[in-house]
Amino acid sequence: MELLLLLALPIAGAALLGVIGAGRRAPEINAAFSLGTFLASCALTARVIRHGDLLLAGEQFFIDPFNVFLVTLTAFVGLTTALFSRPYMRVELDHGRLTPGRLRLYHSMYQLFMFTMLLALTTNNMGLMWVAMEGATLSTVLLVTLYRTPASLEAGWKYFILCGVGIAQALFGTILLYVAAGKVLGAQGVTALLWTHLDAVKGQLEPTVLALAFVFLLIGYGTKVGLVPLHSWLPDAHAEGPTPISAVLSGLLLNVALYAVVRSKVLVEGSLHSELPSMMLMGFGLLSVVLAALLLWRQRDIKRLFAYSSIEHMGIATFAFGMGGPIANFAALLHMTVHSLTKSSIFFTAGHAAQKSGTQLMDRIRGLITLSPTVGWGLMLGSLAILGVPPFGVFTSEFLILTTAMRTQPWAAPILLAALAVAFAGIFSKVQPMVFGETNARRLPHAPALLPVFTHLAIVLLLGLYIPPYLADWYRAAAHLIGGP
Amino acid sequence: MTHLPLDQQMLDSCAALLLLLSFAMLSQRRIVTLVNLYAVQGAVLAAATLLLAWRTGEGHLYLSAALTLALKVAFLPWLLHRLIRRLEVYWDTEPLLNVSGTMLAGLLIVVFAFALAQPITLLASTATRGAVGIAVSVVLLAFLMMITRRKAMSQVVGFLSMENGVFFGAMSASYGMPMVVELGVALDVLVAVLVLGVFFFQIRERFESLDLHHLESLKEHE
Repeated sequence: MELLLLLALPIAGAALLGVIGAGRRAPEINAAFSLGTFLASCALTARVIRHGDLLLAGEQFFIDPFNVFLVTLTAFVGLTTALFSRPYMRVELDHGRLTPGRLRLYHSMYQLFMFTMLLALTTNNMGLMWVAMEGATLSTVLLVTLYRTPASLEAGWKYFILCGVGIAQALFGTILLYVAAGKVLGAQGVTALLWTHLDAVKGQLEPTVLALAFVFLLIGYGTKVGLVPLHSWLPDAHAEGPTPISAVLSGLLLNVALYAVVRSKVLVEGSLHSELPSMMLMGFGLLSVVLAALLLWRQRDIKRLFAYSSIEHMGIATFAFGMGGPIANFAALLHMTVHSLTKSSIFFTAGHAAQKSGTQLMDRIRGLITLSPTVGWGLMLGSLAILGVPPFGVFTSEFLILTTAMRTQPWAAPILLAALAVAFAGIFSKVQPMVFGETNARRLPHAPALLPVFTHLAIVLLLGLYIPPYLADWYRAAAHLIGGP
Repeated sequence: MTHLPLDQQMLDSCAALLLLLSFAMLSQRRIVTLVNLYAVQGAVLAAATLLLAWRTGEGHLYLSAALTLALKVAFLPWLLHRLIRRLEVYWDTEPLLNVSGTMLAGLLIVVFAFALAQPITLLASTATRGAVGIAVSVVLLAFLMMITRRKAMSQVVGFLSMENGVFFGAMSASYGMPMVVELGVALDVLVAVLVLGVFFFQIRERFESLDLHHLESLKEHE
């Protein structure tokens, strides 16, 4: 029931907002549907806490601690982003950057995007997961090109082609998985793509085929995670799309793609009994962290800067999942949570800052603290949080990942530490003048509504100081499920 | 020499035809012909699916063949032709690599694909498992086509041809995917082409051309 609501609400919202359009009230309706989805996700979570893992609708849906926390996170950030986009998109409309028709497309696709992500998270069928991941790309392509500028068209095209080709590789990987499973579970078995069934027999699956399948799945879903060298669509799509879309792409879609990678890894590792999947995840993760940290320095556009920071943080989480084991998995899950909350709040403030300054170029954004103290402090605190300054939650997760790396992968720890330092200097040196720099612009008359930003940052701060026991249990159960050496 | 049953021989010739068509697409610069070749590829794929359905008696393969016929032979080529007429893009410019170079690269790719398919061929229990190598070749050749072309339309045909290859791989290695997945994939392909149609008009409106070199300003400098 909760699951039905969770999936039906965004679909209904997309249809309603697409067909009726709903005029001036559309942003409120969008937020209302997001609120409903969030409440449904809370109910689902409560049910999982009470009754344990759920298998629903003829085993087509599977809810366990790993995905239920991502479902709640997705629905929550979906709600706050809808709240943020309400005034933000209205200003864009008033500035003439959008037409009402395009705003209608935006609201409808926003709900559809939420649906595809929730479907990808909750489905037990690896094939349906693929369908939902492709759907997530398709529903956002036209949002990236919403402003119809040459740069946004280019970004949209790149996004479509790169993710399309990537996801075709993932389909091939899924087929290989199906072939290998057919051998064990009986060919033509409809159960041969269900993750729970695959998980039960993973020890008997043919290792060479599964290794091949994992390479294809990692390349496919890794493209969507934004792992270097498959990342080139990510900064463009983040910088050129409207800010609420940057926030959900960065905060949610990357998580969902990483979730798909980790689900595949669990199966392949159980079959292979070798280091290959771990080594591949660690390699790609580390490469992403290092390269993103270096590329950060060359950015001039505020949204591109934080897009590269997303690549860096996804690299950290991927690396941690690669190390495996209870502590690293726990830290990676925590990192996914705090990164998602922090990064979306940064995009909210960056969007406001760019809107107020009339440009996304960092050289021209100056003195936000005098222009609007809430935006200035929001950006400063968000940047500090994402850079891993204690006592924010990112510090906790990065600390856990680093200490585990020192113990189990001593070669990687110095590289990781150096990359984090480079990224710190890169981001801080760019954010500091934007917030405190000299400006002759006058203070703006009204303060922007930044409730979502400070809510997110407060949660991140709380997670850094104290992780509630039920949440910790939840992470621990999920970490155990992911396993590893 | 052992004699294969007739239907097996026909299936093998379908597979060979698919590979041949991939090479034909790789060398073709006229976009209208490219779309026609894509339609023929879809028809061969549908024929192979039908043969396989008749041979194995799998009901869902008949459905799958009908879906291929409707979507990849009729609807998508029709849509693409319409787009070509409306946008007036008939020829691709000189590819980034000349035709003979592309062909040579294609040959190497086929050798690589068969090596890659070896473990799958050993594992699969289907009668058509020998064709997995061809499916992988079709995927990789389509990929090669996408990276050597400049026009957006050729890249899209490459993308669709890649999907054909993946689909053929699923069929030859495991007699297709579960129906719900196949339906989902078909839906995604359909929506992808519709989205692209909208997208092309946006590009065209902005640049008055579908040449992708307009879309190369977001470079990594600065």
